[in-house]
Amino acid sequence: MNGLEVYLGLDVGSVSVNLVLLDEKYNVLEKFYLRTQGRPIEVVKEGMEMMYRSMPAGCIIAGVGATGSGRELAGAMVDADVVKNEITAHGMAVLQSIPGAQTILEIGGQDSKIILLRNGVVSDFAMNTVCAAGTGSFLDRQAARLGIPIQEFGALALKSTSPVRIAGRCAVFAESDMIHKQQMGCSLEDIIKGLCEALVRNYLNNVGKGKEILPDIVFQGGVAANEGIKRSFEDALGQRVIVPEHYDVMGAIGAAILAHKKIRQGYTTRFRGFDSIHSDFTARSFSCSGCANLCEVVELSSAGSVKARWGDRCGKWSSSAARENHADILA
Amino acid sequence: MTITFPHMGRMYIPVKALFDDLGVKVVVPPPVSKETLEIGTRLAPEMACLPMKINLGNYIQSMEKGADTIVLTGSCGPCRFGYYGVVEKEILKDNGYDADVVILDAPGREPQVLLNRIRKISGNSSWLKIARAFLQASKVVEQVDEFIDILLKKRPRELNKGETDRVQSKFEKEVLICKGSGETLEFIEEYKEKAAQIPERPGVQPLHIGIVGEIYTLIEPYVNLNIENKLGHLGAEVHRGITVTDWVKTHLSLDMIYKRERKKKLKKAENYLSLCIGGHAWETIAETVHYADMGLDGIIQVLPFGCMPEIVAESIIPTISRDKGVPAMTLTVDELTGEAGYMTRLEAFVDLLSQKKGRVYERS
Repeated sequence: MNGLEVYLGLDVGSVSVNLVLLDEKYNVLEKFYLRTQGRPIEVVKEGMEMMYRSMPAGCIIAGVGATGSGRELAGAMVDADVVKNEITAHGMAVLQSIPGAQTILEIGGQDSKIILLRNGVVSDFAMNTVCAAGTGSFLDRQAARLGIPIQEFGALALKSTSPVRIAGRCAVFAESDMIHKQQMGCSLEDIIKGLCEALVRNYLNNVGKGKEILPDIVFQGGVAANEGIKRSFEDALGQRVIVPEHYDVMGAIGAAILAHKKIRQGYTTRFRGFDSIHSDFTARSFSCSGCANLCEVVELSSAGSVKARWGDRCGKWSSSAARENHADILA
Repeated sequence: MTITFPHMGRMYIPVKALFDDLGVKVVVPPPVSKETLEIGTRLAPEMACLPMKINLGNYIQSMEKGADTIVLTGSCGPCRFGYYGVVEKEILKDNGYDADVVILDAPGREPQVLLNRIRKISGNSSWLKIARAFLQASKVVEQVDEFIDILLKKRPRELNKGETDRVQSKFEKEVLICKGSGETLEFIEEYKEKAAQIPERPGVQPLHIGIVGEIYTLIEPYVNLNIENKLGHLGAEVHRGITVTDWVKTHLSLDMIYKRERKKKLKKAENYLSLCIGGHAWETIAETVHYADMGLDGIIQVLPFGCMPEIVAESIIPTISRDKGVPAMTLTVDELTGEAGYMTRLEAFVDLLSQKKGRVYERS
């Protein structure tokens, strides 16, 4: 019996592990957003387990893509067909789902990026270089410090009547400035709104510096859930900002789409079913003593055999898997 | 007297040949590594640029191997580099290292000072011998760059993955055994032959990427996280106009034809920058325009964190990129640069170029 061919995408980031299941028309059949909590291997296993249990009957996984900072790890664990960087994945997801989009503002757990789309392709991009002020983990931390759930953070900002000005250049200074404004007696709403404005200002002056931000503007990544930041973007840019339905898993969607494109070029998937995820994955790291660089090499093994290695500068240890993937998709 | 010198890419090959020819004992610093950088970071002021930290690490590691005299070039201030020599000398002294630092910089009013210094590090060889040794060394410089050029072309086209890298690492390991320019030149010739014979996949049309920026960062692979090899593995042929050959021909030789060509190239920058503002900013802009006009697919600028001239260039490049329709990206490196983020950017940039060129990912 021929089942419905579906594509799996994984985005393993610093803060969250996201999984999506797409059909051939790129409709999202299933999605999971899980916290990484510093245990990517366990969380990927957990996510795969959840995906397996909730997958619609009769589906056949025809291809798998992995992205995010943990893409090598995830790719090796699930035998992904495509292992791609976050920028290409995010760009791809928007190109396929939001026709007319020309700018992507993406703010994730620990990095933020801007991606420009022109004529159906990614034409330029930038990532935050020096500082993680304004990314998800910083907001998380501030919400915790103020004692409000992160989910309510944005809504509170919208209630502000006269936002205070917060120094947003650096996370540490922003925090001390916030404390200072609290001591002065400013209202919580105004401080939060001020923080949103500072983060947006920082983003536009740093990541977005010199980039031509044209409509339609799409705002995605975990932070896009924050109404306050979205509104501040709209105020600063003087334009409407679109937050897509699946804003929190766009990277995973892009990875799944890339997997589909590769399979369509005539490759057969390397994915060997959900069973293999149950095997015991162990990661260990060691320092290579081949030269004075003493690279930290990470080795992932399952059932006693080495699945992949990465982290070496010279390529002596790394499996060629990731690189081959790249060459293939360009071919 | 045992001489050592700072690393800058494969510059150690001609420099070693030079001192071998002069019959002077020379210690080649161990390849730049994390340890080199750690030593340098400890000794140098925190705000100093990355190359200086690596220089200092090179000296200390060489002194551990018996060097007592450090030779480096200086200049009358194209940028902070002009003061490296004197500052490094003081830093070594402050930290209790007893080394003789000989700075070769362009003579001002007293050419005799420079001549005396050259004479000194040459072990008092005759001027004829010195001239011949320098001439031979400049041949080595050119040959090494030609060899590297072959590798840049081969890497994206190689049939067997990693073969180009294997030839290169074998070369770098064995070249140090050569004694003198004669042997070195023969050895390079042999390896150029080997490199030329690396089998290619038929019909490969690699992307073409030009790399521009501060000279040291471009030339020293440790500092730029081996950008040439990384781009090669991602399927791109790398073009780099800033080479040691270029530097030698511009600053040390009397090759007037080359200098005229170089002036012509710099003139290409005139719509954007028409004078030297220090460092290699002018060259960076000129090279960017040149590569755009050549029709390369993309341009990457690499600079060490805090490099003033390159920061100016960085702000001009987007205008060139827009005018000429060529994608450009800037990468800043320092001792804190994480390799993962760097790789992500290179990968994404290569994806961007191939999408633009081949439209592999059509909207469906």
